[in-house]
Amino acid sequence: MIIGYRNMKRIKHQTTVLACCVLAAIFFFPIFWMVLTGFKTELQAIQFPPLFFFEPTLENFEIVQERSDYTKYALNSLITAFGGTLLALVVAVPSAYSMAFFGGKYTKDILLWMLSTKMLPAVGVLMPIYLIAQSLNLLDTTIVLIFIFAMMNLPIIMWLLFSYFKEIPSEILEAGRMDGCSTLDEIRHIVLPLAWGGIASAALLSIVLCWNEAFWAINLTAADAGTLPALIASYAMPEGLFWAKLSAVSTLACAPIVVFGWFCQKQLVQGLTFGAVK
Amino acid sequence: MKISVNKILQAPSVVLLFLWMIVPLSMTLYFSFQRYHLLYPERSGFVGLSNYDFFLTDPALGVSVINTLTLVGGVILISVILGLGIALLLQEAFRGRGIIRVLLISPFFIMPTVNALIWKNMFMNPVYGLFAYVSGIFGLPVVNWLAELPLLSIIIMLSWQWTPFALLIFMTSLQSMDQEQIEAAEIEGAGFWGKFRYLTVPHLGRAIGVVVMIQAIFHLGVFAEIYVTTGGGPGHDSTNTTWLIFKQALLGFDIGVASAGGVFAIIVANIIAFFLIKTVAKGMAK
Repeated sequence: MIIGYRNMKRIKHQTTVLACCVLAAIFFFPIFWMVLTGFKTELQAIQFPPLFFFEPTLENFEIVQERSDYTKYALNSLITAFGGTLLALVVAVPSAYSMAFFGGKYTKDILLWMLSTKMLPAVGVLMPIYLIAQSLNLLDTTIVLIFIFAMMNLPIIMWLLFSYFKEIPSEILEAGRMDGCSTLDEIRHIVLPLAWGGIASAALLSIVLCWNEAFWAINLTAADAGTLPALIASYAMPEGLFWAKLSAVSTLACAPIVVFGWFCQKQLVQGLTFGAVK
Repeated sequence: MKISVNKILQAPSVVLLFLWMIVPLSMTLYFSFQRYHLLYPERSGFVGLSNYDFFLTDPALGVSVINTLTLVGGVILISVILGLGIALLLQEAFRGRGIIRVLLISPFFIMPTVNALIWKNMFMNPVYGLFAYVSGIFGLPVVNWLAELPLLSIIIMLSWQWTPFALLIFMTSLQSMDQEQIEAAEIEGAGFWGKFRYLTVPHLGRAIGVVVMIQAIFHLGVFAEIYVTTGGGPGHDSTNTTWLIFKQALLGFDIGVASAGGVFAIIVANIIAFFLIKTVAKGMAK
């Protein structure tokens, strides 16, 4: 039997769509399963064969909120993620702008050096940071996390912004200057509107990375400034076997950022070029 | 005039990052030559290289370096291949592609501690886990993942989270591919592999570089996944350099030795960074 060209094309199309669906199902399944388990009783959570249909209960969520004050941790996460990102942006936008449009001989080297600071392993400087924070009375405060998160993401933000600004044709700026724009006007009225997409996606990536940061959160905070990853880690050890409660608290911890990510995914897909698009 | 304005604009980021780097670094360097044990604070002073001697002769060191490299290499390999494959599949236009894309990138937003706990408990648990259940159905032997294959387990967790990142970058990059060029190639009779080999791969070269470099940066310091799952064990089977130093500092209370380890980790990271920047980043910065 001869399969026509059109049929071939259709079969190919359908196979591709099917493959995409299967892959999406596989990748999303762990998240789906976590959310589902959060609505089970502890007994149902470890039942064999695994339970897909059951009467959902909200008990776990109530217990989690009662026992560990989810809202406080969520608020800390929110403050540190947005604070760190904002601080990094305030520092990065002018620098990246200046480097992209008035870069000198050493601009590339400075950028590479910045990126190389990201490669310093955090554990190598944990003790000094801990001691500095201690001596400034900043242990277990959101301030110290905001500063660390900002420094942590600054190189990546710089890199993203620099490569995004680079795509803006400098003729536009020159035209602006001819018309008598000052540097500040130039940034406000020409660069920012054009670079908005890049700034937004850099901010999004930074917020996601801050929200999920665990190393510093676990090691520098305790009861007062703990963020959600630290809360989850505290559930890992003694209560590790209570899967339903663990799933409930995990769902609560991840839901805000995952939903946030869903809404912003278009922006992320367009903005994360890292200068790799040409 | 212009130059000084630029200096003012650039100074904050450069100065802040420089301080962020140099202050802790010099303290770590200083501590690494000191006797500094939290349980014996009265015994302090200069000890020369003995902290380094202690750290470098630790039999776990070699294992941890190999584990670190395996982890970084394994995750990068898996996520680049899978991410590239999925990104190419997703080029096909169909209804509901937006939702499929959302589902596929979701794991990237899951925090590492949650990621590790989901896999550890609900999938890899040898008694109640779904993997055990599935292998039971097929009559296969049950694998106690975290005890028998701890490093592979962590590679799976990380790949699940970072394949979506690779996918994001590749999708971004594929969007800018020249459609006319592709059509021209098709008219000339280029098949899938021809287009892949001579158009897609060269176009994605830099995107692959970005994915490799960013992931290397993150995976060299993998911590949370080990913290909530294996604790570096069994033995040292899943101990990476980060974990080894963490154990020294916070579980062994020995700041001196941990600092020596920190200096060692920084040197290793710099060697890797040097090669990465030489090969990957230079091309990116043009």
